Amino acid sequence: MSAPGKNYLNCKKGFASWALTLDHKRIGLMYLGSIMFFFLLGGLFALLLRTELLSPGHTIMDAKRYNQLFTLHGAIMVFLVIIPGIPASLGNFALPLMLGAKDVAFPRLNLLSYYIYVLGAIVALGSLIVGAVDTGWTFYMPYSSTTDGGVVLMVTAAFILGFSSIFTGLNFIVTTHKLRAPGMSWYRMPLFVWGIYATGIIQIMATPVLAITLLLLIVERVVKVGIFDPVLGGDPVLFQHFFWFYSHPAVYIMILPGMAVISELIAVFSQKRIFGYKPIAYSSIALAVLSFLVWGHHMFVSGQSELVGMIFSVLTFLVAVPSGVKMFNWLATMHQGSVSLKTPMLWALGFFVLFAIGGITGVFLGVLNVDVHLHDTYFVVAHFHYVMVGGTFMAFMGGIYYWWPKMTGKMYSEFWGAASAIMVVVGFNLTFFVQFLMGAQGMPRRYYNYLDQFTIYHQISTVGSYVLGLGFVMALITLLVSLKNGKTAPKNPWHGASLEWTHTDAVPIETNFREQPVVTEGPYEYR
Amino acid sequence: MSIAKASGVAGFPLHEHFERPEQQVDASKLGMWLFLATEVLIFGGLFVAYAVYHYLHPELFKAAHKFLDVRLGAFNTVVLLFSSLTVVLAIHGAQQGKKQMVLWNLFLTIVCAGTFLVVKYFEYSHKFHSGLLPGYYFTNATVPSPDEAHIFFGIYFLMTGLHGIHVVIGMIVLSWLMFRAYRDEFNPQYYSPLEIGGLYWHLVDIIWIFLFPLLYLIR
Ligand SMILES: [Cu+2]
Repeated sequence: MSAPGKNYLNCKKGFASWALTLDHKRIGLMYLGSIMFFFLLGGLFALLLRTELLSPGHTIMDAKRYNQLFTLHGAIMVFLVIIPGIPASLGNFALPLMLGAKDVAFPRLNLLSYYIYVLGAIVALGSLIVGAVDTGWTFYMPYSSTTDGGVVLMVTAAFILGFSSIFTGLNFIVTTHKLRAPGMSWYRMPLFVWGIYATGIIQIMATPVLAITLLLLIVERVVKVGIFDPVLGGDPVLFQHFFWFYSHPAVYIMILPGMAVISELIAVFSQKRIFGYKPIAYSSIALAVLSFLVWGHHMFVSGQSELVGMIFSVLTFLVAVPSGVKMFNWLATMHQGSVSLKTPMLWALGFFVLFAIGGITGVFLGVLNVDVHLHDTYFVVAHFHYVMVGGTFMAFMGGIYYWWPKMTGKMYSEFWGAASAIMVVVGFNLTFFVQFLMGAQGMPRRYYNYLDQFTIYHQISTVGSYVLGLGFVMALITLLVSLKNGKTAPKNPWHGASLEWTHTDAVPIETNFREQPVVTEGPYEYR
Repeated sequence: MSIAKASGVAGFPLHEHFERPEQQVDASKLGMWLFLATEVLIFGGLFVAYAVYHYLHPELFKAAHKFLDVRLGAFNTVVLLFSSLTVVLAIHGAQQGKKQMVLWNLFLTIVCAGTFLVVKYFEYSHKFHSGLLPGYYFTNATVPSPDEAHIFFGIYFLMTGLHGIHVVIGMIVLSWLMFRAYRDEFNPQYYSPLEIGGLYWHLVDIIWIFLFPLLYLIR
């Protein structure tokens, strides 16, 4: 057993003790660092794109370069940042602790999936050497089998990263089933675990379909098999079916973990038992199941039959139900709670507002005839960013700020944390709200040029993106500064009631618990 | 943290983050079943592609499949079925602590896998010679409607090729298990790696059981 003063950070030293670690907490931190690196890279590309759009026509780059940059921005943010995002970093760190386990079920597989992630990242960047890809992150056929650039490498990268995601999901599902502490019944698990578990189901059920789709794409490009390419007798809409059968569930791989974090934050910072534990838990599962039944809403104008379009439209509305269940339960949890506006809670409240807007505009887009007008406009861009950045990434930042004291043993500056959260919310709305307006007026997405009438919207959006970028950078600097100057964190700074706060040292020891915790009550019994 | 520790059960290497041997065995089995689900879904994509193009070109599929050798396909089916039996016998041997039985049956399974691949090699090289290839490389003029026949052979090569890769991976897994069995790592208390490897090999067999009629026996 660990001596006093020893924890998982200082028990072993040196590069190899990190590179070869099997400790889920260290692997979580390694993921966190890598994901943040790619977040900054993808964010830099976003700022370049917004700068190009500061004025109509050529501002700092031509059309081809613009197409390459938005593809890189999308591919990096989707495959290297948001999909691994919360599960691989916060999930790895917190899930075994919350369950009272010593580690995940397969520690070596866990480390392997980290290195698969690194390999995928290297291959993705390697595609730049062959020539940047300009297909968009969706790789639609037949364009992606005919355009030049390193399409094969970029697609291979997404294929590789898929396996990292599959192994992470598999590990968490088995851990949840088999490694719960004595007394940790399913309904005593924190809702974070339920969310990550539901995510794992999607990772396992959807990602293989992406893998085979991308494999077919590669074969198509290299050998010209003719499954998707109409010139060879193939069907390009079949590619869209395959792609969205994965990629719609994939947005739930991205958002469910965000919701999972929010459930923890709302309960802890209201110091009140979560309202509607079971509805929140089962709505995660419901979202996971529904996510497989709505992929056709991406193809309302791709030549699918009217009847099929109507069915997918109705099924898409259903998604709003479990999402609404969560929102109202969180609201009810805050009602008459003692809400404290600490930094993590500010991120959570930001999530609340932004995700509400993103969710409701998603219903607009699910309406068949409205979508015919709005598809492929900035309205879609705004909706997607409200859900993915306003939703998932706000939750991610909230989660990092929430578990930071447990991860590092340091408290950060509340002032700078709060200031950056507020700055992000302001910058985010400046950037993306106007995109709803110009999208509704017909501004198409993925164009480096636009009509003069859209100039003012684009300029507001670009200025907003600088504020947003600065907010995120400030948020990260605040955390890094705390490593050096931060006060030592107490064992349970937020008065949480789940095992990672109540039963571990201020910074957990390598095997997590000094004694096997025995669970006698739910995770939200505050006192 | 997966250093083996004494488990209370002799001969069972329990990893440190597990409490009991059954827990470790259950976890690894659940993990393998989930992995098999992902494999089924990967092949599922190809089965969907097959279904779509069979629906679009039923006559073409009927005509093109005659260029496959049913006898060789049937022979390979029997070989793989037999190998499923030998894998089960290997696990059986481990349960009874019969080392020779484990080793011989694993060896037979690997031989079956190798036989399968050799037959596949002859089938493939025949098609290479007659130009029955996917996409641009299709050059055979004797097939009815040669403009579209390449789609059938594209799907044929994709499905059997991906399956063949799985056979190769299976041979690697089986050889590794044989090496561990040779080093006396298995005993009647601890043989779950054999079961898990066996599950994988059964999947490889089952996928072939579906591929054979779909590709070789189109009515
Ligand atoms: Cu969708």
